[in-house]
Amino acid sequence: MASNSSGGGSSDRQRIARQRLSRIAGHLQRPADGSSAIVAAECKAHGSQADVPGEEKTVPRRRQEIMKWNGWGYSDSRFFFNKKGQAEFTGRRYRLSGLIIPGLKDWFESTFGASLQHKTPATPILNSSAVQPPTLNEAFVEELKSTGIPLSHDAEDRVFRAHGHCLHEIFALREGKFGRVPDMVVWPNCHNDVVKIVELACKHNVCLIPYGGGTSVSSALECPPEETRSIVSLDTSQMNRILWIDEKNLTAHVEAGIVGQDLERLLNESGYCTGHEPDSMEFSSLGGWVATRASGMKKNVYGNIEDLVVHVKMVTPQGVIEKSCQGPRMSTGPDVHHFIMGSEGTLGVVTEVTMKIRPMPEYQKYGSVVFPNFEQGVACLREVARQRCAPASIRLMDNEQFKFGHALKPQVSSIFTSFLDGLKKFYITKFKGFDPNRLCVATLLFEGDREKVLQHEKQVYDIAAKFGGLAAGEDNGQRGYMLTFVIAYLRDLGMDYYVIGESFETSVPWDRVLDICRNVKARIIRECKDKGVQFSPLSTCRVTQTYDAGACVYFYFAFNYRGLSDPVHVYEQVEHAAREEILANGGSLSHHHGVGKLRKEWMRDTVSKVGMGMLKSVKDYVDPNNIFGNRNLL
Amino acid sequence: MASEAVYTHRDPMLKKRDDFEDILEERRNSSDLRYALRCYIPVLYKELTPCKASELKSMVLQSDQLRYVINQVCKETGMAADEVQAEAAAILEEMAHRLQLSTIRFFAFTLSKVFKTLFRSICVNEEGIQRLQQAIHEHPVVLLPSHRSYMDFLLMSYILYTYDLALPVIAAGMDFMAMKFVGEMLRMSGAFFIRRSFGGDKLYWAVFSEYVKTMLKNGFAPVEFFLEGTRSRTCKSLTPKLGLLNIVMDPFLKGEVFDVSLVPVSISYERILEEALYARELLGVPKPKESTSGLFKARKVLSEDYGSIHVYFGQPVSVRSLAQNRVDRCQFNLIPRHIPRKPGEDIHSFVNDSAYRLVRAQEENMVLKPWVLLASLLLQNHHQMQVAEQKQGMALDELTEQAVWLRDLSRQYGAFLHWPDHVSPSEAVSSSLSLHRGLVRISEGRVQLALEQAGGQTRPGEPCSAVTPEEELLNQAVIILSCASYRNQALHIFLRPALLASAIHTASSSNKQEVYNSFSFLRNMFSNEFILCPGATVQDFEEACYLLVKTGVLQINQQEFVVTERGHRTLGFLTRMLDPFLQGYQVVCRFLCEDATEGLTEKQFVPAVRKFIIRHILTGRLRYTEVLSSDLQKNSLAALLRLGAVQKLKGGEEQGTLKVNKVMVNSLEDTLGGKLPTQKAVVARL
Repeated sequence: MASNSSGGGSSDRQRIARQRLSRIAGHLQRPADGSSAIVAAECKAHGSQADVPGEEKTVPRRRQEIMKWNGWGYSDSRFFFNKKGQAEFTGRRYRLSGLIIPGLKDWFESTFGASLQHKTPATPILNSSAVQPPTLNEAFVEELKSTGIPLSHDAEDRVFRAHGHCLHEIFALREGKFGRVPDMVVWPNCHNDVVKIVELACKHNVCLIPYGGGTSVSSALECPPEETRSIVSLDTSQMNRILWIDEKNLTAHVEAGIVGQDLERLLNESGYCTGHEPDSMEFSSLGGWVATRASGMKKNVYGNIEDLVVHVKMVTPQGVIEKSCQGPRMSTGPDVHHFIMGSEGTLGVVTEVTMKIRPMPEYQKYGSVVFPNFEQGVACLREVARQRCAPASIRLMDNEQFKFGHALKPQVSSIFTSFLDGLKKFYITKFKGFDPNRLCVATLLFEGDREKVLQHEKQVYDIAAKFGGLAAGEDNGQRGYMLTFVIAYLRDLGMDYYVIGESFETSVPWDRVLDICRNVKARIIRECKDKGVQFSPLSTCRVTQTYDAGACVYFYFAFNYRGLSDPVHVYEQVEHAAREEILANGGSLSHHHGVGKLRKEWMRDTVSKVGMGMLKSVKDYVDPNNIFGNRNLL
Repeated sequence: MASEAVYTHRDPMLKKRDDFEDILEERRNSSDLRYALRCYIPVLYKELTPCKASELKSMVLQSDQLRYVINQVCKETGMAADEVQAEAAAILEEMAHRLQLSTIRFFAFTLSKVFKTLFRSICVNEEGIQRLQQAIHEHPVVLLPSHRSYMDFLLMSYILYTYDLALPVIAAGMDFMAMKFVGEMLRMSGAFFIRRSFGGDKLYWAVFSEYVKTMLKNGFAPVEFFLEGTRSRTCKSLTPKLGLLNIVMDPFLKGEVFDVSLVPVSISYERILEEALYARELLGVPKPKESTSGLFKARKVLSEDYGSIHVYFGQPVSVRSLAQNRVDRCQFNLIPRHIPRKPGEDIHSFVNDSAYRLVRAQEENMVLKPWVLLASLLLQNHHQMQVAEQKQGMALDELTEQAVWLRDLSRQYGAFLHWPDHVSPSEAVSSSLSLHRGLVRISEGRVQLALEQAGGQTRPGEPCSAVTPEEELLNQAVIILSCASYRNQALHIFLRPALLASAIHTASSSNKQEVYNSFSFLRNMFSNEFILCPGATVQDFEEACYLLVKTGVLQINQQEFVVTERGHRTLGFLTRMLDPFLQGYQVVCRFLCEDATEGLTEKQFVPAVRKFIIRHILTGRLRYTEVLSSDLQKNSLAALLRLGAVQKLKGGEEQGTLKVNKVMVNSLEDTLGGKLPTQKAVVARL
């Protein structure tokens, strides 16, 4: 999270956590010895459940209370340029909140050729009358009401669940345009509620679209325009409790609607963590992770979602699917979990998950290494992967991204710090002869017990030194990780000034990493030029994960769209071309974002015709009437 | 963008070309020494990591590709790894260039002197140079000049030096290396040497391809080679060789570079230095081995006037755009890229098509001089007169009139004609004639080929009986083939309409489909002779129809071709253009049916067919002396082999023996002669 703090802070946090834990225990009037359940797994009492005292829910039923309807994240947190033309970040939630970022304006203007004079403000207020009236299946609604499960046809509620965070989705919202939106939203409170909803949907032939955190970037939440049935958005956000923690086996049984930050916070209170930290963890949900095969930044220590999941419960039109035991590994034919993981809401709703947990790490340390060029950096990461000594996280940013990160440096208060910065810069560029337009930075995060971390750190820095890398301090490292949490807020800022952009990712064998980075970036630049984009785009990448046999590469792409009549179309064409380039260079269709509807067209080539047939036959058996009709994936 | 540039425009007349600048002009007005020593700072590839020529070698020797092949060779032969490694190093040593600026400066100085005495001007399109400069900055560049003379690659480097462009590394045939001192000089000016054939030598191929790829990928220098593989002795473009093109496209196809720019360069000589040499070679006088002393003997060429040279740097062609929607690059995803694999069928056909398009692009920007048109007219006239047994030659004013007619026609067909517009046609004609006075003679106001002179060795007064008829014929053939080499420069302009004209001539009716069948047959027959893009029959047919209709030669009424009144002149000219080739192919067929002995090998073919043709010409059964060209003979054999009318036996003692399917060859001959309708002939099998 953005507020990850260094050594001193973490013990502070633990103290607060302990205090809070005992307070909660007091409310529940149970001994909080941790071995028993924290929250009773009952969901009968709808009325009172919504506000369990002491349990702060990040995501309320009415998301609009705290979140933007046409942008990323919390309503109170946003970037803006103040009267002096300096960028500021509002709110109090993040490390950057309330700070002035002096370098951003210059970077922004020079990178995009943008100007603060040319604004493209968003439609300020969600105009409910512009939303299509709902098509309701009366019989379904009647029966559903009788179950007491909360539901709504309020336009705002529906609009909030009609989109993820693809560029075209947000762009349309900012213009106040709404396409097909769900006709109704329901908020089940527990597994049994979901069973009831799915039964009724099957009975009345209603289309269900599961909704978790709404952070999809694959058009997965878009309502298929051709869908004529009533579309019901099944919002799992209220299924957000940890049902039990098993300290003997180090597992936790959790309702799938919980969002990442709540899951970590609640587990932390018991002294545990999952260690699963995707960049979207503030808002994305456990069920969503399972349904898209998510990956977390610290997967080197904790594993990706498929490594973390021990048991899953999913409600399908054919009934509930789950395994009968919690054995850590089984040889019982193809793993049925793998039908569930990555099913992207096409087969059913994930309701409960048993996950591995770990004791909270004793010690965390950020770090960074400067390399003279990207090639050396990649060679270093490859060596680290070869020696299987990757830290919890290791990421390599290219030169453009390094500059971007640099532009986000908040104002320094003391002359001494700025003097020190100057000295560092002098040392690296002048004394060591690094070309400021070629050098690149790897950011590191180490976790574990103190001694091991320090030992590990030395090992990694020694490898880095062989590739010409120079240690560049904790601060640079930490700022690098911060970038991933504020990048989506920054996109909103860009969109205020004619700049649109997006990120996308892939995974690729080691020998292809350099080639794919170079070619995809160049392809983006060429396509922009061909499509009439006036200014050269920002086209940058980073290697974000290392594996034995390859790496995950993440691209950022943004451009100034002044002078274009249909910027979103241009954007989509360029992204399409970039994806083709990725595939032609041996990259995968997706490492962790998923396929959704955005990348469906390449599925057949990706998994072969037979593979498609396999997936289709599963869908045909599990959901013959296409109740889960979001039309993702296949 | 660039992919369109290689496509033929629908209307060739609309083709836009750049203007030329004469680079010798400045040489004539300022110091050559200062020019040779001036500051030279070329624009380089933006992602270049600077390295020395010697570092390149170790990069090659340490590459995954080469290491893999070395391992393979070790396993296959049982040799020790370091032995094979040493062999690879030796191959590389023999091959590698040692490009250094001082040698280039030396050449810049001496060539300035030489060029100024030999040529009136060396004209370069400067816009093309600017495009090239841009291309070198953006992507690795491959220079693909046409190949008509030894001069070509020195000239290229000279021009690039003049314009401050990165000096190329040039793939040259090993035979140059035999020229002791010169070979080394060329090496130091950027040439690297490759064996002419190394069929099965895996190691050689690996070293060679890796060397070229390394230089290309690093952007060390533009890589230059000749698509045609060798100098064209006939001045027709040769069908492209694919080996090197395959190699330079590979880094793009495997994603190792974002793109590669291919730059076709057309070098047109008004008069070719090797003119008579080529003709002799085609007639069977073996090519003298390149030697330094031979070069000095060639000094007498220095005293002659060779007119001007035009060098046209074409639009850079992006391999990426060529490959778009053509090649599925994902096919390289599943096998490590350093493991050598034979290119698949789709890659092969892609490279082949690209090669043809590039040679076509070279052809299109070839500058034609008036003499090319005059040579065409004089040759046709020569053969017509021969038949009519009339007085030889053409009246000068008639020639001028016809030349003007042909000038306008060729312009309509899109020729890049350099006809001096500021002087009268008759002046243009006479100045062209005087430049080529070795080939033509003007007497009593009539122009004719200098055939009598051809027996030149015989001094006046000496009895001519010392010369056998055969020798006399060969001497005349030298002149005729030299002239034909100029006519050939215009062939690509008239080829498609000429094929159509001949098809109309031979087809059994004027029905469009019939004519198309004939056209398609001829086109297929001649696809080893001329540059005809594979699979573009319909396109070529339509282009030909379009041109003939547009110029008022043809009308198409309800699928019937109607030749207009004034169209006969053009049609006649066009059919006569192709006639020597038609007749030539027929004679070769006849030879194979009538005269070829059992067990004739490929090696014996040319001498045997030559004898047969000489006999035919001397007995008056064949009028085209130019059929004696071994190029034509080899091409026709290649066509027959391709069509399956002749087979080459492989292996055993019969290695290289030709097995003739007489029925098929016979019917091909008849079809070429218009005696058999195309459909009944082998066409069905083509």
